Amino acid sequence: MSAVVGVVVFPGTNCEIDTIEAVNNLGGIGRIIWHGDDDLSGVDAVIVPGGFAYGDYLRPGAIARFSPAMNAVSRFARCGGPVVGICNGFQILTEAGLLPGALQKNNGLRFICEPVLVRVESPDSILTREIEAGSELTIPINHFEGNFTCDSYTLAELKGEERILFRYVDNPNGSIDNIAGICNSERNVIGLMPHPERACEELLGSSDGAILFNSLLKSL
Amino acid sequence: MRFSVLVDIQLREGIADPAGSTIERVLPVLGYEGISDVSVGKTIRFEIEAVDAASARVMVGDLTDSFLTNPVIERAQLSVELSTSGSSS
Repeated sequence: MSAVVGVVVFPGTNCEIDTIEAVNNLGGIGRIIWHGDDDLSGVDAVIVPGGFAYGDYLRPGAIARFSPAMNAVSRFARCGGPVVGICNGFQILTEAGLLPGALQKNNGLRFICEPVLVRVESPDSILTREIEAGSELTIPINHFEGNFTCDSYTLAELKGEERILFRYVDNPNGSIDNIAGICNSERNVIGLMPHPERACEELLGSSDGAILFNSLLKSL
Repeated sequence: MRFSVLVDIQLREGIADPAGSTIERVLPVLGYEGISDVSVGKTIRFEIEAVDAASARVMVGDLTDSFLTNPVIERAQLSVELSTSGSSS
């Protein structure tokens, strides 16, 4: 039976259709989770997609985390359910306390929208288990606040527990230690700034993102 | 009692402030010399009902730590003063 991937939609989310398309094309079933709903029954994994939830007012992710859907996602994550935050979804997961650190404005004060090379650092996650460590993927980024930061204690913990899943080969935004994506200590909650759903077909310039979605779907 | 609150939010030391540094960089172009340490933050103002100033400060402190700021990258200075808006109940 195909795995059901819930894709959470807030006012201002704009990557949900691409995400659903990527999941469906790879044999999964993408299902929209409206921000006002707090029911995740029948869902095998959750993706919090990119966009500008609640207009990024106050801070990216600051308001989205109070929605009924995010309460359900937090409960789902704490029970071991796989949760992936992409771009604005990553920002929301840090604001919700499901991932450490924060995403600050890019160095250089530029909104960056371009394909970047991302190195997979650990195959020990639901998103990377089909990929060898050291593999380099071409995946686009599309953000203004993608510069990951955290205190030195958290950084040491992320490194020590091999929770840095993705690093930029050529750091585009000033992220500490070139971090592009991390996971929590239980490894079921993942956040990454690059958009794999925008790199699932050669027609779009790269299909490397499909490897990540395949990995996720195979692990469900 | 009604209190006027001002929450002044700034980025923590060591957190990149590209807006502040960009403003600082262009000041000499406009002829302004000797200006340093430009930082860009945000202010949030609101009115709050509370039994006294101490409990108003506790409420505002909780609200600031849990929602108005992200303590990983921001810090805030709070000002809580008796409201002069005249709509006190």
